[in-house]
Amino acid sequence: MSFHPNDVQHRARVASGLLFAGFLLLLAAFFRTQVLQNARYVLASEENRLREIPLPAPRGIIYDRTGKIIAENVPGYSISLLARNEDSLRVTMRRIGALATVTPEQEGAAVRRYRRDRTRPTVLFGDAPFELVSLLEERRSEFPGLIIQSAPKRHYPDGAAVSALVGYTGEISDAELGQDAYADYKAGQQVGKDGIERQYETRLRGREGVRFVEVDARGRVVREDAREDLVPEAPQPLWTNIDLDLQRFVAEVFGDSLIGGVVAMEPRSGEVLALHSAPTFDPNRFIGGIPRSYWTELQEDERRPLYNKAIKGTYPPGSIWKLQTAIIGMQHGLVDMDDRMATPCTGGYQFGNRYFRCWDRKGHGDVTLAEAIEHSCDVYFYQLGLKIGLTRLIAGGIQLGSRERSGIDLPAENRPLFPTDPPKAYYDKLFGPQGWSNAVTLNLSIGQGENSQTVVNMARFYTALATDGHAAKPEIVRGQAERVKLFELPPAQMKGMQDALTNVVGRGTAAGSRLQGIAVAGKTGTAQNAQDKVNDHAWFVGYAPADDPKIVVAVMLEFGGHGSRAARIATRIMERHLKQRVVAMPETEGE
Amino acid sequence: MSARRLPADWPLPVLALLLTAFGIAMVYSAGQTDVPTMVAGIWRTQLMWFTLGLGVAYVISRTSVRLLEWGSVWMYLGACAMLLLLIFIGQGAGTAASTKSWLAIGGVRLGQPSELAKIAVVLMLARVLSAQRTAPTSLFALWRPAVIALVPWVLIMAQPDLGTGIVFIGIFFAMLFWSGVSWPLLLMAASPGISLVLAFSTGLWGMWAFLFAALLYWKRPPLLEVTFLAVANFVMGVLAPLLWDKLNPYQQRRLLVFLDPSADPRASGYHVIQSQVAIGSGGLFGKGFTDGSQKRLAFLPEQHTDFIFPVVGEELGFLGVTLALGLFCILLLRTVRIASRASSPFASLTAFGLTAAWFTHIIVNVGMTVGLMPITGIPLPFFSYGGSFMLACWMAVGILVLISSEGRGKADALVI
Repeated sequence: MSFHPNDVQHRARVASGLLFAGFLLLLAAFFRTQVLQNARYVLASEENRLREIPLPAPRGIIYDRTGKIIAENVPGYSISLLARNEDSLRVTMRRIGALATVTPEQEGAAVRRYRRDRTRPTVLFGDAPFELVSLLEERRSEFPGLIIQSAPKRHYPDGAAVSALVGYTGEISDAELGQDAYADYKAGQQVGKDGIERQYETRLRGREGVRFVEVDARGRVVREDAREDLVPEAPQPLWTNIDLDLQRFVAEVFGDSLIGGVVAMEPRSGEVLALHSAPTFDPNRFIGGIPRSYWTELQEDERRPLYNKAIKGTYPPGSIWKLQTAIIGMQHGLVDMDDRMATPCTGGYQFGNRYFRCWDRKGHGDVTLAEAIEHSCDVYFYQLGLKIGLTRLIAGGIQLGSRERSGIDLPAENRPLFPTDPPKAYYDKLFGPQGWSNAVTLNLSIGQGENSQTVVNMARFYTALATDGHAAKPEIVRGQAERVKLFELPPAQMKGMQDALTNVVGRGTAAGSRLQGIAVAGKTGTAQNAQDKVNDHAWFVGYAPADDPKIVVAVMLEFGGHGSRAARIATRIMERHLKQRVVAMPETEGE
Repeated sequence: MSARRLPADWPLPVLALLLTAFGIAMVYSAGQTDVPTMVAGIWRTQLMWFTLGLGVAYVISRTSVRLLEWGSVWMYLGACAMLLLLIFIGQGAGTAASTKSWLAIGGVRLGQPSELAKIAVVLMLARVLSAQRTAPTSLFALWRPAVIALVPWVLIMAQPDLGTGIVFIGIFFAMLFWSGVSWPLLLMAASPGISLVLAFSTGLWGMWAFLFAALLYWKRPPLLEVTFLAVANFVMGVLAPLLWDKLNPYQQRRLLVFLDPSADPRASGYHVIQSQVAIGSGGLFGKGFTDGSQKRLAFLPEQHTDFIFPVVGEELGFLGVTLALGLFCILLLRTVRIASRASSPFASLTAFGLTAAWFTHIIVNVGMTVGLMPITGIPLPFFSYGGSFMLACWMAVGILVLISSEGRGKADALVI
């Protein structure tokens, strides 16, 4: 045993040195963790502690031109869950299922949302009925991690009357989530699916808020307001050119029985006053998930309520297209309003070995171009078409916009069908080099044949007829008026053509639709179609008042029979618009 | 019997009191969770144990070192008997739920005898080492202290309680060092253990074997000892890895998690990660007393026992950590001073052994919370909740005060 003081002192020094070194080492480790790596661990601890609960934002309100509400938000509830794993999510769904009805689809959807994004609370019920909310609110302690919060819900006060126009919203789909356009969207969020809602998604989407809750290690919410909320923000309201009164009237006139589409617009600015497709659907039933039965019903309806007949449906235009033949003829100096054709109308026209009928078997006799428009004489236009020739007819039609979309600000407008230039290549490809003859010219010249137009595009063409040859781009949301010159005719010819259109309603094919005190100009169309040999599509496109056009209306009735039926509806719409109180455009902020 | 009494070394109990007050405050804070658990009220129990410990410490400090020396044999035998008893009737509880470290009679848990055994082993080793005229110079001459440490160590490892086992190793080598055993001999004694630790890497072990061989060549211990050391190191360094391959994967995993907690982030690895997040997020000044979110929201496991130091780190920041470690450091430097000024080799060795026990506890526990040490269930003196441990710590304080009061005011030759 060596306990000499020197030895002891030496050992004490060594021991103290080791002690000191040990503590210094510990302190250095703490300095590194707490001071140097502090930021990293603060982040980790916040991630542990805080869960971000998204607060759904209200979508922008959609107004009509006078400030009436087309789409708004009403209070609703959403129920979501901070799930630790898929099993706990399923268990919670089952336990809720024991209290209320939970369909397998709802459970499947919740699991899909969870798999999409595990960090956010999983939406179990996007639009929960109030009974379920109160039921779960009472048993809140039994469902840790359950988040019940108010979620603004889309509502369309006019429901079906605005369905073709406004579209609807719905939960973002998996396919949409994969697209670049929806890069900053999260599973479970609402998104515009059709109509204005889809077209103006970026302007209608609100900015989602965030609520921070504190959770413990077992995922239980222990504090509701762990940090100041980021308040959800609604965007500026969207002002449209729609006249909701007129829109309602259009829907009312169409009722439940008619099938077809309507576009009413202001001829110079292109402001769309009403747009309707019949039959309709109720967009309010789409909100918070479409009931399966309703979806099936809509899908199975032969009248295709979900198919927008104003912008998507293409129909042979028939006689309403004859104005294009007339304009092309005049542009080439082949005809004037007073000119007659070589063969008078005797109810038909012999071309080669085929006999082409006029719609009126009695015949129209020897008529001028003006009279041919008034009475829609096919024989006159067969001959005019032959005079123009197929190449010039098609080139002219393309120039007048027969192959173009109207450019209306709605998603998925279809392009009209019309031959391409040069026609030989087009028809050779369509029928084979031996499979067609110049007879196609006759059909085209009266708006039949290889020609299918959308309602909205025909409305656009008639804005040029109603004014000075400039067509206005149809616009639902207020913007800069955009007009494109389609054609230019000497004033006398323009006037003559407009007078002829006025006479169509005054004493011609639409004479039965005359209005008291308002001169209406327009053209009927009775278009044969491949689907139904008996019932033609009924068209009317026109404007009023004839001398100072304020409204252009295009009406198409699927299998509606004679164009005069469409004319009656169109003139009622015009009358309603022109005779009601003068609607002043309110001063608006922003849009 | 010299009755020369000096005024007790007052800084020692004052430091211990400060640390205990700090510790109980942290136990209180550990109970402040958002979802209250049984931990909420245990600071009162801890306070009660402290009061008891303070009484026991006072009584001990009024006795004499000679009485301790005389009682050491009985204490040691008693401790060994109790540890042996635990093998059969021991119960698990708290942080050591899977081990048999608790002595219970009639279903009432009395305490953990291993805490008492630490003091008993220190006293017994001090007695045996002080009885030797000269410091041992050969490996086999260490057989007496080796047996004394080994018996309770084996019994404790059989519980199994690895943490306490480590403390015994710390005590053993520290006391050999204090008794004057030369460092080459200490290295020889420790060599099988070093070989085992280095066995995972053939290169490192090879380097170690080469250096160790050089040491043997330089020191030239008796041939028998050389043979023994060569065999022991070979078994640990070469056969152990082969045995390792024979283990089941789940057994290997357990051992691996012991060595590297992040190997299993869901279990004990999770503890270390959350402990580091708690400490790291505390920053310089901490989140405020009782306001640590990691602790409040139960992300921090065992926040009142093994992982109480992260609560200090999270709530009081680096400043709080520096204060706590500073107090510990001063306390230990003080006890080393007491050891160097003790009146007899027995007293000196006892004081140093208790210092080594505390030091091992602190380094292993605090090092574990910050990721420097593997996870072993080992408490922090004066801080961690636990009755026997608090009692044992204050018994040690009492012994140290007694030694200081019987010591000499300054360091000079001890009369042998």
